[in-house]
Amino acid sequence: MTFEEIKNSLKYKTVGIAGAGGLGSNCAVALARSGIGKLIIADFDVVSESNLNRQYYFYDQIGQIKVNALKDNINRINPEVQISIHILKVDEYNIPYIFSECDIIIEAFDKAEEKKMLIETVLTEFPDKPIISGLGMAGFGDNNSLHSKQIENLYICGDEKSEISDNNPPLAPRVGIVSNMQANLVLEILLN
Amino acid sequence: MTITLNNRSESFDFEQLTISEILKIKKFTFKALVIKINRELIRKNQYDTAVVKNGDNVDIIHLISGG
Repeated sequence: MTFEEIKNSLKYKTVGIAGAGGLGSNCAVALARSGIGKLIIADFDVVSESNLNRQYYFYDQIGQIKVNALKDNINRINPEVQISIHILKVDEYNIPYIFSECDIIIEAFDKAEEKKMLIETVLTEFPDKPIISGLGMAGFGDNNSLHSKQIENLYICGDEKSEISDNNPPLAPRVGIVSNMQANLVLEILLN
Repeated sequence: MTITLNNRSESFDFEQLTISEILKIKKFTFKALVIKINRELIRKNQYDTAVVKNGDNVDIIHLISGG
């Protein structure tokens, strides 16, 4: 496929992104550069200085609501992407209406319990929608442990073992790799 | 019984087991899990009652913080 053909296919597709942190912001930017038609992004958080070691925000955006800042950044990269933002804490009650029109949903949360909530709600409410989760990306090095796998409509990207802690923080390279693996799977699913 | 657990064949010296029993035997201690038996999602409140039998396909996914 040429890039023109790829963009023409992606133009009519919508991807939902739950969480606009390290995974969500980088995945959104990769999809915008690829020519995705529409992104639906949900997060309640604001940009803080500690986010800048891996998230797609800038120093002068500290204090801004993440989804607003991300929308601005994506507009500067590819103004043709339609972006719908939801400033709220995603929960099992609002997932069905926030993400109903999405072709694929990206799980881009930080905490394990929230990942579980999203995956279980999507598998229950939207059994036919693919969901792509990022699992295990703390620390640095060990490229070869990063992989993706599929369990029916649930896709997993990451090393499935590295949990974040004070001594194993999330850093730009591995978070960037995993978020781009998620975006790469989106293209694979939508273009095949 | 022999089941497929996370895509690998596993044998247990029992005719059947609940999800809670399998978690104990396998020493799966992660707090947040997504579990499916034969494509069907098993919620946490079903772990003590959902039964796994010979030939079943079980997926147990550990959810890991970070993102």
